[in-house]
Amino acid sequence: MIKFKNSEITPENIYKKRRSFIKSVGLGASTLAISSIPFVNKSLASERDKLTSYKDITTYNNYYEFGTSKSDPYRNSQIFKTTPWDIAIEGEVEKPIKLSMEEISEMFISEERIYRLRCVEGWSMVIPWMGFSLSKLLSKVNPTNKAKFVEFESVYDPAQMKGQRYPVLNWPYNEGLRIDEAMHPLTTVVTGLYGKKLPNQNGAPLRIFIPWKYGFKSAKAIVKIKFVENMPTSSWMWASPREYGFYSNVNPNVDHPRWSQATERIIGEGIWAPRVKTLMFNGYGDEVANLYSGMDLKKNF
Amino acid sequence: MISYQIIFNQLGPEPVDRIINHFGEWTLIFILLTLSMTPLKKITKSVEWIKFRRMLGLFTFFYASIHMLSYVGLDYRFDFEPLINDVLKKKFIFIGFSAWLLLIPLAVTSSEKMVRLLKKNWRKIHRLIYIIGIFGVLHYIWLSKTIFFKPLIFLIILVILLLFRIKITRSASKI
Repeated sequence: MIKFKNSEITPENIYKKRRSFIKSVGLGASTLAISSIPFVNKSLASERDKLTSYKDITTYNNYYEFGTSKSDPYRNSQIFKTTPWDIAIEGEVEKPIKLSMEEISEMFISEERIYRLRCVEGWSMVIPWMGFSLSKLLSKVNPTNKAKFVEFESVYDPAQMKGQRYPVLNWPYNEGLRIDEAMHPLTTVVTGLYGKKLPNQNGAPLRIFIPWKYGFKSAKAIVKIKFVENMPTSSWMWASPREYGFYSNVNPNVDHPRWSQATERIIGEGIWAPRVKTLMFNGYGDEVANLYSGMDLKKNF
Repeated sequence: MISYQIIFNQLGPEPVDRIINHFGEWTLIFILLTLSMTPLKKITKSVEWIKFRRMLGLFTFFYASIHMLSYVGLDYRFDFEPLINDVLKKKFIFIGFSAWLLLIPLAVTSSEKMVRLLKKNWRKIHRLIYIIGIFGVLHYIWLSKTIFFKPLIFLIILVILLLFRIKITRSASKI
């Protein structure tokens, strides 16, 4: 295992340490003491919104293109080339377009967006992304009236991406959203995190992020966005349709066939921190529940 | 190694998971090591290997117990309601827990005294290790999102070791 010397940790961490120190001097001291006692099964609401450290966000990743272990993406992605990079928007649109990464960063201003990330494996982070609403990018094309869904295709480059040399998933990685989900203001095109350029292991140069869905819905290193008529079959649906549905909204009431989704473990909270209850739509129900009114979310998992 | 990491908080972003996985993986390694002693004896024609078998078996039980306790204690805080739910509903936990239960009689009857006391029955009881091995590897395969690569490696080694048994009994019955 690769270890990091303290000297290698980014300034964000120092900043965060200072912050948590100030916190712990005040109100934090007592709450810390309580939460470190085992058998106390309640978590504190404030813990849920504490930013995950830059180090954890960038060294603990699921990105099977670079390997199946959590530390693989950081290790195997450092020499990955992200320039030049083009993104095609095509399919059921009047006029397909192709944009370079430079054009995109000129056209759209990225802002800080702090969202919770809930992984289907039962862990979560709070990440200060840099990005803008996907709807802005999609408004550059006019979809035909046949278009019902949006498909996202990630890059296929086995020469640079070790994991793609093995049939772990059906490469290239594929994800999809209903058009109204894709147009929702919370659905974000991500270009950075912690005010910096997006690291390779987090999906550089451009990925999407859908905060109310399990992490795997948020495709990384996107090269193609396609408007389509029929519901796309995502890579994970293709791998196991029984376990991964098209919607994959965070839902504590619908268990994954093999593991429970009722609770989650917050990354970076240490060995004594208890699990916390998972929130419906990952806590974004007020914003997105209306997208699914009248739908049986147990069936449409 | 792991105790050093626990003490110095070097376990990374998800320490509880690391601890559980660490002990789980070593349990499987010890099961496979235990199972490879008899084939090694046949291959090398040396009885030496059998001396290690009991010790390795007890290591299996020891690691399996810590693995289970860290799951029950660290992850779920001895909160038995969701635990029972997990054991009954989640097949990978059900099979893992079953494997641990099956290990108990093996550990209890591991002493020299018990071997003499149970005579022929001792061998019968200790054949349970084959089932435990299969359960253990299934447990790992089922909890992983894909079989690549570690679960697959464990599966291949287990199959090879079990195939040895079939070969041994066959050649034994011929004679």
